[in-house]
Amino acid sequence: MKAAVISFPGSNCDFDMLYALQDFGIDAEIVSAKQNNLAGFDAIFLPGGFSYGDYLRTGAIARFSPIMSAVTQAANAGKLIVGVCNGFQILTEAGLLPGQLLGNATPGFICDEVALRIANGQTAFSNAYDVDETISIPIAHAEGNYFADEATLDKLEKNNQIIFRYVNNPNGSAHDIAGIMNEKGNVFGMMPHPERAVDSVLGNIDGQNFFKSMLSGILTKA
Amino acid sequence: MKGKKMATVINSELSPEQVRDSKIYTQWGLTEAEYNLIVTELKRLPNFTEAGIFSGMWSEHVSYKKSKPILRKFWSTNERVLQGPGEGAGILDIGDGQAVVFKAESHNHPSFVEPYEGAATGVGGILRDIFSMGAQPIAVLDSLRFGELDNAHTKHIVDGVIAGIAGYGNAIGIPTVGGEISFDAVYAGNPLVNVMAVGLIDQTAMQVGQAKGIGNSIIYVGAKTGRDGINGASFASAEFSTEQESDRSAVQVGDPFLEKLVMDATLKAVKDHSDIIVGIQDMGAAGLLSSSSEMAAKAGMGITLNLDLVPQRESHMTPYELMLSESQERMVLVVKHGEEQPIIDLFQEADLDAVIIGEVTDNSRYILEFEGNTVADVPINFLTHAPKQNLPMIAPKRLSEFSDAQYQPDMSQVEETIKALMAQSTIASKASLFKHFDAMVRADTVIKPGGDASLVRVRGTKKALAMTTDVNARYLYLNPHIGAKMAVAEAARNIVATGALPIGITDGLNFGSPDNPEVYYELDQSVAGINDMAKQFNTPIISGNVSLYNETDGQAIYPTPMIGMVGLLDDINQATTIAFKHAGDAIYLIGETTDSFNGSEIQKLQLGQISGQLFEFDDEAELASQSLVRKAIAQNLLASAHDLSEGGMVVGLLESSFAGNLSFDVITKQLDKYLFSETASRFIVSVPQTKVADFEHIAGKQATKIGSVTNESDVVIKTLTQTITLSREEIQTVYQESISWQLKG
Repeated sequence: MKAAVISFPGSNCDFDMLYALQDFGIDAEIVSAKQNNLAGFDAIFLPGGFSYGDYLRTGAIARFSPIMSAVTQAANAGKLIVGVCNGFQILTEAGLLPGQLLGNATPGFICDEVALRIANGQTAFSNAYDVDETISIPIAHAEGNYFADEATLDKLEKNNQIIFRYVNNPNGSAHDIAGIMNEKGNVFGMMPHPERAVDSVLGNIDGQNFFKSMLSGILTKA
Repeated sequence: MKGKKMATVINSELSPEQVRDSKIYTQWGLTEAEYNLIVTELKRLPNFTEAGIFSGMWSEHVSYKKSKPILRKFWSTNERVLQGPGEGAGILDIGDGQAVVFKAESHNHPSFVEPYEGAATGVGGILRDIFSMGAQPIAVLDSLRFGELDNAHTKHIVDGVIAGIAGYGNAIGIPTVGGEISFDAVYAGNPLVNVMAVGLIDQTAMQVGQAKGIGNSIIYVGAKTGRDGINGASFASAEFSTEQESDRSAVQVGDPFLEKLVMDATLKAVKDHSDIIVGIQDMGAAGLLSSSSEMAAKAGMGITLNLDLVPQRESHMTPYELMLSESQERMVLVVKHGEEQPIIDLFQEADLDAVIIGEVTDNSRYILEFEGNTVADVPINFLTHAPKQNLPMIAPKRLSEFSDAQYQPDMSQVEETIKALMAQSTIASKASLFKHFDAMVRADTVIKPGGDASLVRVRGTKKALAMTTDVNARYLYLNPHIGAKMAVAEAARNIVATGALPIGITDGLNFGSPDNPEVYYELDQSVAGINDMAKQFNTPIISGNVSLYNETDGQAIYPTPMIGMVGLLDDINQATTIAFKHAGDAIYLIGETTDSFNGSEIQKLQLGQISGQLFEFDDEAELASQSLVRKAIAQNLLASAHDLSEGGMVVGLLESSFAGNLSFDVITKQLDKYLFSETASRFIVSVPQTKVADFEHIAGKQATKIGSVTNESDVVIKTLTQTITLSREEIQTVYQESISWQLKG
């Protein structure tokens, strides 16, 4: 099993993600967004940051990076694709996940630790959590306000594609959405940062089960 | 490059005679005496470009010509110091072949004129100082001073500065882990934005900003040069006046994305090519001019630059503009002759400009060429050494006029007074501002903003670095010498409260005009006070920044020497926070409480201003209290530790209570007023019941048991005269929301 962490120019959580994966014994490496080949990788992580400065719409430039066609290919091939924060924004821009991340309802960047409820505990990203369990995970974003049209939201609800919900919605997200997956269940995005909540020395290990979920699922099959 | 014609006039610039006759140089901050000195040294009239570069290099902001006689007194050597003042940042040994690199910088003037860009580029500038040493930045702290939150202009400045720090720091991905913010009317026309950055380096990778080796290449790296921040150094070396429109074009514009690329590429270059990189320096104040000339002067060399090769963002830029632009995100590298290509390739791979623009020479001259002409040719040592000025100093009149008596607080309504105190802008929680900063990126932040000091782990080791910024300028206004000692002492208390050992200091000296002998005296006494305590704590001053002329319409700020301190915690498992942990833990007060009210928060609250002789400070009591807390943490006896400062014991108790979501029940056996006393050298600690005996054994008479942590909804304080009971929730709401209410109100 091999994992790639994509480094876009302006990514700044790429190493945080790499270290978290390595903490769980996963063979992971950083791959530049200028590459166009992800052959040999079983899981692909799009980390947080400000890709290309995010001076336009968040993730709007990054989706045109050479690596993104390889990411799309991998998604179609059923590989595990995970986007956290800016990675989530890039996945929606690329059309690999539905919806869009808008500016926070109260404008401005928020760094905090917020309560999330596990809405679906039977996915590759959440099976180590109990359903309805409440966990605390850091957030750090200015554009985390999840938006989609009613039909899309209905579909997300009906198909159980919503995995994490905010307990006290910090950014105005529709249906309190903090993290969703695609219909097939192999592409996932979330605004909160589980990779910042894996080490007891930092005072929060609620993100550990996110990584354990992936270990027990697709990651171990390879 | 030799034998070119000396140009006297470029395009439509003034001729040397016109420069002399119009005295345009005085608008750039050069005095007539300085101009005459230049004429004498050059044995001819300087042309427009030359007059311009002297004005930049001889500005106080670049040359420290006025503050240097005092700064030279700083104590900056001990067994840990690997690099003292004079380079981009200072470096201290933290063992295992690693070192910590840190420095502070001010961006006061730009932040007043253009709060967002002023603050943002302050973050960008100090980060370049760190990574130009070859170090990976790991944390940023901000020390901010604003006017009172009672007017729209101050609120605009606060919003802009906070957004600017967030906009730059969050994007570049270096966590803003701490700092402090306070408010006083003296900063209304002169806000202070001091930014401290901390980096980590392997000792083998250390770089310096020197241009050695004849023929070695000067490589320009990073953003293109534009017309922003032209002569910003001179702008930073002048006072403000409401009569004069502020000079917006003197403020730089930041691009954190570009800086992230420059940072990562520079660190990669240091890692992969340390054998061919001779020196690195960032382009800060006075841009390409000061970076290139100082690098050559430090190495005892000369330099020749071809300005036609400088990457330019705008057309028809003149030599004056190219040299004095303070466009951001630019670096100068000196690289061995003939081995430049791998460096150029590395930066170009990151989509950055990397261009050879000149070479190191052995003629000790600073030579600029432009469109086939020589546009400047001056002795480099003369250019980089502004004539020193020994300024007169005199003790401010107010110091002898202050009353000897300590202020006696009005204690007729103690409960109401506590609530009002917790709502004071300087006391109230700043979480609503700090939440805009990413404090956790890099996933190493152990103690986040809101504690005494912040703590960042050194990944791959058991070590962590504690860091804090501090100064209570009110104390310095009442007594600059003792106030400065207390600033260092409080910074050290913050570090010690986490369990760490204080190891070094960077400073940000913010003062009014040095041409005022009273201000110059304040600067001198502050430095003396800082030195005094620094030696006692064995915390050398390894870097720093001076910001003078913080005056508007002749009204100077309080003397505000910000102390940035770093501490080393050998075992991260000993990290201690201010939060009460368990109901039933015993609460102790370490240190004695006396009549210490002049300059205090309670005096400010009740009188609207501060006055009187500053209360006493006892060096030995300070050292003893800190030593006890470190010992107790090392022996794993403390559940929490919190230093006491503004607002006194009542504020300290409530902060530990709020942080832990627990209450307390304490008895002081003193009069009510002592709850608000600001006597230094004190801590509030909590001790698990199982460790009470061991703690009391090592504490002896230094600590007084005052009560215990409780699960109750009310906090209870019994004084000699009464029992005060307050709803924790109610007072916590006031404490947490006060700043938001004031900003909205």
